[in-house]
Amino acid sequence: MKHHADDAHTLAAAYALGALDDDERQTFQAHLQSCEACRQEAAEFEATAARLAAAVSQPPPAAAKAQVMAALDGVRQLPPRVPAPAAAPAFGDFLRRRALPLALAAGVAAAALGGIAVWQAHNRQELQQQARQAQQQLDAVSTVLAAPDARTVHGKTANGALTTVVASDRQNKAVFTAAGLPAPAAGKTYQLWLDHDGTMRPAGLIDHDGTVLLTGNPADAGAVGLTLEPTGGSPHPTSAPLLLMALPT
Amino acid sequence: MDSPPPEGCPKPPLRLLSTAGAPQVNQPIPSGAGHPSDARHDLTDVMHKVAHGDKQAFSALYDALAPMVLGIVVKVVRDRAQSEEVAQEVMIDLWRQAARYRPDAGSVTTWAATIAHRRAVDRVRSAQAATAREQAQAAREHSTAFDEVAEQVETRLESEQVRRCLRGLTELQRQAVTLAYYRGLTYREVAEALRTPLPTIKTRMRDGLIRLRDCMGVTT
Repeated sequence: MKHHADDAHTLAAAYALGALDDDERQTFQAHLQSCEACRQEAAEFEATAARLAAAVSQPPPAAAKAQVMAALDGVRQLPPRVPAPAAAPAFGDFLRRRALPLALAAGVAAAALGGIAVWQAHNRQELQQQARQAQQQLDAVSTVLAAPDARTVHGKTANGALTTVVASDRQNKAVFTAAGLPAPAAGKTYQLWLDHDGTMRPAGLIDHDGTVLLTGNPADAGAVGLTLEPTGGSPHPTSAPLLLMALPT
Repeated sequence: MDSPPPEGCPKPPLRLLSTAGAPQVNQPIPSGAGHPSDARHDLTDVMHKVAHGDKQAFSALYDALAPMVLGIVVKVVRDRAQSEEVAQEVMIDLWRQAARYRPDAGSVTTWAATIAHRRAVDRVRSAQAATAREQAQAAREHSTAFDEVAEQVETRLESEQVRRCLRGLTELQRQAVTLAYYRGLTYREVAEALRTPLPTIKTRMRDGLIRLRDCMGVTT
């Protein structure tokens, strides 16, 4: 299918009305990634189309709800879509199995429940790459959790998420876990910080519930912080901390 | 029903619906109770719980969304039994995909409508690629699409508003939008059904949706 350079812009309406074929839809979705104005317009058109849907609402048969509710038990819920490499995948059963003997913090277990097994990867390569990344992260996390000197602190963010840090001085590594973290607004990400005598040093990004290995030297740090930053992170915190957890010495 | 147009005839004789006497719609109509965005924040909270496996929250989500889901699926799929089946699949899919809902990308209602419409369209397109005969049929029936909407909508303010806003479109805009959304046709099929060039159809879909958006006062 030949498209003129500006053609993609004109397809937002057809896209929102579901009037593109599969190839065109995928092409347009790829275009949306790089076109903020198109995203905004497509979102408004989709909201408009949703009003057309709402206008033809009709009550479902009474028995349908019970059937749907009964079906839920057999349905695995998908984890949040895995975003940019900076964010951590969920570790699932694997982590639970290794971590439980350590009487690991409840927060870690809760965050791990998301499950790696149900990833719906759109292509095999992506899946394999994600699996490799997950394995590397998992190995690193397991090393921390299994360290004899591992220590655990719990906290709660200003926006209500439960957090846990497990740190090992000997490994000079620390793991951060969040459960109940609200999705950041568009263009924002959560950024972790290590407090070195009042200087906050970047310690990694996290976009959703899950577990990440902190970057930096936690052994020298007094606390772990969390802020909302523009996507990609900041060299220094630019917003008030949502969390500041003192690390036990 | 009209007989098929002779070869070479640029357009079939469209049965235009009279818009005489219809109220002029050029101002956003203030929304009141029942407006989807009123419940937006509530539903976002509900979705957050659903994403964590909360069935009680899903029960509330079902009550809020199942009528819209079934409504749009029936419009596109038309067969009642198939539609109920697809609508149930959609509701289960909302449970499955709950953690993938992103509040910054739009309301829960919009998210659910998009998923429901996609499923319905997949069902009709996979069942049978639209044949020339069906398109001709759609062309003959197109003038009823708006009547059906007008008949089926309940008298709630929201539906009333949608009906008025649809009346504010030109005939071609309305047909381009409703044949695509309510019948599940691609814009190519719409162009063929209406014997109108592709670029014109794309443009009519776009300016039609812009007019609807502004008339309904839609924001994301």
